[in-house]
Amino acid sequence: MIEQIFLQSIFSRPWVTERLAHLVPEASLGFAVEVTMSVLKATLIILIIQIGMLWGTWLERKFIGRIQDRLGPNRVGVFGLGQPIADMVKILTKEDTTPTAAHRWVYNLGSLLIVPPAILGFAVVALDQGLIATDLSVGFLFFIAIASTSVVPIFMAGWGSRNKYALLGAMRAVAQIVSYEIPQVLSVVGVLLLAGTLSMQGLAYAQGPLGLDGGSPAFPGVWFIFIQPIAFVIFVLATTAEIERTPFDVPEAESEIIAGYHTEYSGIKFGMFYLALYFATISSAAVASVLFLGGWQPPIPTELVNWLANRAGEDAGELRASLGSLGWLWMSLKTLFMVLIFMWFRGTLPRLRADQLMAFSWKVLVPISLINLLAAGLVGKLVYTRTPIVVFGAFAITNVILLAALFWLIGWWSQRRSAQQIRFDQPAPVAPMSAESA
Amino acid sequence: MPVARQGRCVIIARGLGRVTGADRAPHEEYYVTDNWAFIAIFTIIAMTIPLLGFLMSWALRPKRPGDIKLSTYECGLETVGETWVQFKVQYYIFALIFVLFDVETVFLYPWAVAYNQLPLFALVEMFVFLSILAVGLAYAWRKGALEWV
Repeated sequence: MIEQIFLQSIFSRPWVTERLAHLVPEASLGFAVEVTMSVLKATLIILIIQIGMLWGTWLERKFIGRIQDRLGPNRVGVFGLGQPIADMVKILTKEDTTPTAAHRWVYNLGSLLIVPPAILGFAVVALDQGLIATDLSVGFLFFIAIASTSVVPIFMAGWGSRNKYALLGAMRAVAQIVSYEIPQVLSVVGVLLLAGTLSMQGLAYAQGPLGLDGGSPAFPGVWFIFIQPIAFVIFVLATTAEIERTPFDVPEAESEIIAGYHTEYSGIKFGMFYLALYFATISSAAVASVLFLGGWQPPIPTELVNWLANRAGEDAGELRASLGSLGWLWMSLKTLFMVLIFMWFRGTLPRLRADQLMAFSWKVLVPISLINLLAAGLVGKLVYTRTPIVVFGAFAITNVILLAALFWLIGWWSQRRSAQQIRFDQPAPVAPMSAESA
Repeated sequence: MPVARQGRCVIIARGLGRVTGADRAPHEEYYVTDNWAFIAIFTIIAMTIPLLGFLMSWALRPKRPGDIKLSTYECGLETVGETWVQFKVQYYIFALIFVLFDVETVFLYPWAVAYNQLPLFALVEMFVFLSILAVGLAYAWRKGALEWV
């Protein structure tokens, strides 16, 4: 199995220690092993996501092509699979210009610094049991913190270009990213308080059916999408806005402000923005699947596994181990699913207007996530340490009530709104023309 | 000391374990293996990706600058006036509301992590805290601070 190969080769301390033992003096061996392992892990992650990013662009073009009844790329290689390579060659050999008016340092640093925040999120993504680059106790907070630093290079790009469209785009992008960060972090609090941890492995373990070291699963033992569906929807929407994908790509709205903050960039410097977008898409999809879709947990109900384990008796540990053996595959499938959802948005939805966009965050998503958080806090206290089925049932009732209230509110609000507005579906009130005036 | 050599913040992890005591789920104490050294190395390697790209592109790309090519792009028109002007205050009001709510989440996250161990009173307290913020949001809404103009 793939994870066995990883765990027994470059992810294992003894393997690295053995090879470094006769190269490095005894005193600094521990340090050297730590650094080497970090470098190996980092390089491996970057290689994997680089491949994921390149063929992610292919997948997106093909997928949206199919949605829009086109073929998508199909010239370079079988099914156009060579397209990413051709694009890469094109972007590398294209001249990049720095406008004379631009502030050279800020302009160039902007395109340099946009990439690391997008990559660093992968440091805390749990790929499998024990297969995580570093399982920080504040894993999710780290992801959010790192992802939100991308506003700085974006503003640097917009300001450094000294182009009015770029500056406008950067201003909008910063306002948008900052505004959508609030619903993004607020919606997840409900999940975090039930799991009682910020660590990404801890969050995956909390969703069952598998517990630590083949033990019984932790509380609540249900995928969070089933007990916090409202939070899931808010998180996905806010994340789409955070990484500026359609329908929230107002900062790049080509019909209004050319290409937003990267108007002046071309060649490889533009390529960096493109790269960062896809890295951010994949890492957000991976984090969303760890938070809400159980991460590497197999798609089997916890109760069923518990029942099977009880029947298995002494072989329960073996059963759990065999269920957990394909974790990396489940994680990849879930991440792919989330990536396809982001692409589906792009293929289907038209772009929001700038003022609608800000209003949607502050007037819709923030209040809903606050109410959802309160409900999760209350119901969580009632069902704490109960079995997964009880937790699911209690939250199902809560969510139905919340959704009913929400839809009633939306209906009431849109009715009030349409009463105030001009009705476009009816003929406009025209003053009757008399024969004299004509 | 082998623990220190591994560069892990085990001390912090143990500290957390002691504070929260036996109520803590087993996986938490076990899996707190903070490795910030890795983050530092990862940051450096992440920086080399764009640098490598720039280097490759610098070797491969043509370099033929020109006055027109390097002028500011405004759909073919010449740019008029200064770009770095003072910006409207609306952005800063959004930024202020953002700071307010971001600080709120800074308080919310530790509360959420400790939620299972906290008494019911802490829940009520957090509700009071959240409702104060909700009133703040309602005030900002009412005052028109959330209007994008």
